[in-house]
Amino acid sequence: MEKVAIIGVGYTKYDRNSPLTFAEMVFEATTKAIKDAGISKDDVDNIVSASSDFWDGRTISSMAISDAANAYGKDITTVEGDGTFAALYGMMRILSGSYGVTVVCAHHKGTESSMNGITNCAFDPLVERKLGIDAISSAALQARRYMDKYGLLEEQFALVSVKNHGNAMRNPLALLPMEITVEDVMNSRKIADPLKLLDCSPVTDGACTLILAAERNAKKLTTNKKRVWMKGVGHCSDAFRLGDRDLADTRALAKAAKRAYAMAGISDPGKEIDFAEVYDAFSYMEPLWLEGLGICDDGMGCEYLERGWFDAGGRLPVNVSGGRLSANPVMSAGLYAMAEAVQQLRGEAKKHQLRGVETALVHGINGMCGQSHCVWVLGK
Amino acid sequence: MPGWKDDVDVLVHEGKISVPYSWTVGSTLSRFYCELRDNAKIWANRCPSCGKVFAPPKIKCIDCYEDLHDWVELPGTGTVETYTVVRYEEPVLHPRKAPFAYGIIKMDGADTGMVHFIGDVDPEEVKAGMRVEAVFEDEREGNILDIKHFRPIT
Amino acid sequence: MGKRVGIIGVGQTHHAAKRLDASGTELIAEAVTRALDDAQLTMADIDAIVVGNMDHFENINYVDMWAIDGLGACMKPVFKVTTGGTTGTTVGACGYYHVASGLFDVVLAVGWEKNSESDTQAAITTCANPTLERDPFAGAIGPLATEYSMYMKAYGATEEDSAMVAARDRNNALNNPYAHSRQAVTVEDVMNSPMLSYPVKFLDMCPRSDGSCAVIFATEEKAKKLCDRPAWVHASVVRHDYTHFGDLEWKFMPTLERASAAAYKLAGISSPLKEFDVAELYIPCSTCGVKWMDSLWFCEHGGAPKLIRKGIFEMDGQLPINPSGGVIATNPIGATALIRVGEAAWQIMGRAGDRQVKGAKKALCTGFGGCSWTDLMILGADLP
Repeated sequence: MEKVAIIGVGYTKYDRNSPLTFAEMVFEATTKAIKDAGISKDDVDNIVSASSDFWDGRTISSMAISDAANAYGKDITTVEGDGTFAALYGMMRILSGSYGVTVVCAHHKGTESSMNGITNCAFDPLVERKLGIDAISSAALQARRYMDKYGLLEEQFALVSVKNHGNAMRNPLALLPMEITVEDVMNSRKIADPLKLLDCSPVTDGACTLILAAERNAKKLTTNKKRVWMKGVGHCSDAFRLGDRDLADTRALAKAAKRAYAMAGISDPGKEIDFAEVYDAFSYMEPLWLEGLGICDDGMGCEYLERGWFDAGGRLPVNVSGGRLSANPVMSAGLYAMAEAVQQLRGEAKKHQLRGVETALVHGINGMCGQSHCVWVLGK
Repeated sequence: MPGWKDDVDVLVHEGKISVPYSWTVGSTLSRFYCELRDNAKIWANRCPSCGKVFAPPKIKCIDCYEDLHDWVELPGTGTVETYTVVRYEEPVLHPRKAPFAYGIIKMDGADTGMVHFIGDVDPEEVKAGMRVEAVFEDEREGNILDIKHFRPIT
Repeated sequence: MGKRVGIIGVGQTHHAAKRLDASGTELIAEAVTRALDDAQLTMADIDAIVVGNMDHFENINYVDMWAIDGLGACMKPVFKVTTGGTTGTTVGACGYYHVASGLFDVVLAVGWEKNSESDTQAAITTCANPTLERDPFAGAIGPLATEYSMYMKAYGATEEDSAMVAARDRNNALNNPYAHSRQAVTVEDVMNSPMLSYPVKFLDMCPRSDGSCAVIFATEEKAKKLCDRPAWVHASVVRHDYTHFGDLEWKFMPTLERASAAAYKLAGISSPLKEFDVAELYIPCSTCGVKWMDSLWFCEHGGAPKLIRKGIFEMDGQLPINPSGGVIATNPIGATALIRVGEAAWQIMGRAGDRQVKGAKKALCTGFGGCSWTDLMILGADLP
């Protein structure tokens, strides 16, 4: 099978109430990515955007960014979901032989709209929506179930927040770099038990663009240093209604990861992956998803976290960027995570650069409580 | 020159997408809600292939993709699988004032859980594993709020 | 290079103005079940799923997640694509690329819409820039009426020309048991129907429908094994225009012209009018059924009225267009363009019932939407 490379990344700085329109944000990110790849905009032959009509408050909101994404007169399409899924579709289109160089862009201007109202609309209008449930209260149900199933403590989840906000101190891009303690998290405002303010990610504005290229184009257009290979990918969804699932069971993620690992030739992810960007919109999610990703056994995520395994200097650093807890541009969160992984693999992460990294894992999510997952393995 | 941007009085236009919606409930959930409304009963349906019982009922088995034609009445009692106490106000969305408790309740006789309120109890006292029963509204309209909440069985 | 891909099954709901018997997921399940039956498969045979619709018609966020029960997607790979009116062809193209990439063998592509659940024009209006064009110039009818009045002035096309297209599509729908509007209509009926926005009259315009369509794509190996006459995908192309309506070219249809030119090249077609046996085109308004024919390279700019008056595109003409009745008869928006793909596939597979064009071997299908953008597919009986 032909290989696909990421040859360029570009993004806006994270912001709240950004003075830019979301189209201007996409233009900035895409212009930077094209420049980063060292190509011309005319080298791009198709575009995949990740857009949400809900977050943008606009029907067919991808229409509004098409000029900005360099799509005039070109083949453009739209995935409605996290940027990791848009990247997957970009890769498919290249593997089909139809395209050479693809822009994958995602934008999010969450501060323009109501997060609770929009995520409430992810619930069935015929059943749960009337109860007023949203992303935060459903996540709280999942966090509690996870605690009860494995006897975990809120203090252990708080450690994730401490670690990731601490990591953000070394990443100038992050929105919320903070030196905090477990007590700070525990004493922060209660939102929906067991979640407190510092267990939750801040809704953030930001656009991110990746440039993907088929091997033949990648080798022609860019240097070896710029190329990061998309080695494996898998995606899978669990059932829709929260009550259909054991919310502490990560079977859909495990299936997605298995597919990605098989494609990348990885048999022992805990050993073969050097670092990971794992979806952590809420603190408890990081250990839960690490279990689903097969990096630790079920119920063991928090224990390994306490041992420091996932610290920047640990055996498998997780979310050295500061994670979603330090900036969460929902629709573009996954693409930012991929861009972070690319820059780490290229050795361009400056103050938070990890040493000797060859293989990265990036994880993105669609739906409530991690209903659907997309897992990427990227490598040099 | 790019400098002009520093002096711009940046405007924000307020808007609300006001599109009216009327959702078709469909045959399966209509039957479920009519039983709630007319008889204050909770009905579930069962997969003929794997035997899984769904409450709320489903149009297809999520595992077998079989049509579900077998209906079963549930006793209205169940167990709290997980819960949360919501502390923030969201007046447009929440039908009640915070703090209040949501739970996922696995009904006796069902294999799936139902999200609902847990009431008639201090929210701080709610626990997983708690036995609960459905409390119905007196005036029922044929929707999920016909169940007022689930309360602990004392 | 990519794998060859064939369509091996198609299913659609019985479309109607209001399907009160079925919720959105029930509509989806109806189409999916019929597609599985058409392909003689079960859900266990499906490796991945793609779904699409337009968010603000039903107000459901993360439709791919919500629709799991109807899609049969629990514990399967699934995601959503959406591009407005073109959503159906976008879903079809996505199903095609899933398989052509070599990542999945058998893929289910599903489009749906329950337009009865909202105010369609109110929702469409929000596609225009909220600080620029939303108030003065938005919705579907105004821009289409504007472009045809320009075309009439430029080339001498008439209101009767578009009325002939409306009558053709509406009468074809009489042969399609799934069509929403099945009503015998004369050119005079169309001319006498109420004016919506000059020169577009009520019977020129598509309805809004409840419905769903599902199409199953498979690799060459699987398609040959599972289907006696698959419809092979020969080309899938999208072309896009500027963001603002005010920037668009209105006298012809640039994206259709560019997309069809690119697709014809891929499929080795030099004389489309001669080489296609049937076309299922996204003609949302009969006026487009005149003007846009120029942009499909069937004739020079301005040549379409003559072809229409000659009856070239009638069921017994040289190139029957919309044997199904097309969009003017049936329009569940997120499914509409996928129905074009499904109907074209059935023509190739010989499964189009009373609307079958005998011996159809090459078919063209299109989607239209957004800021005048085109998604286009070419299907054939022979391997590409």
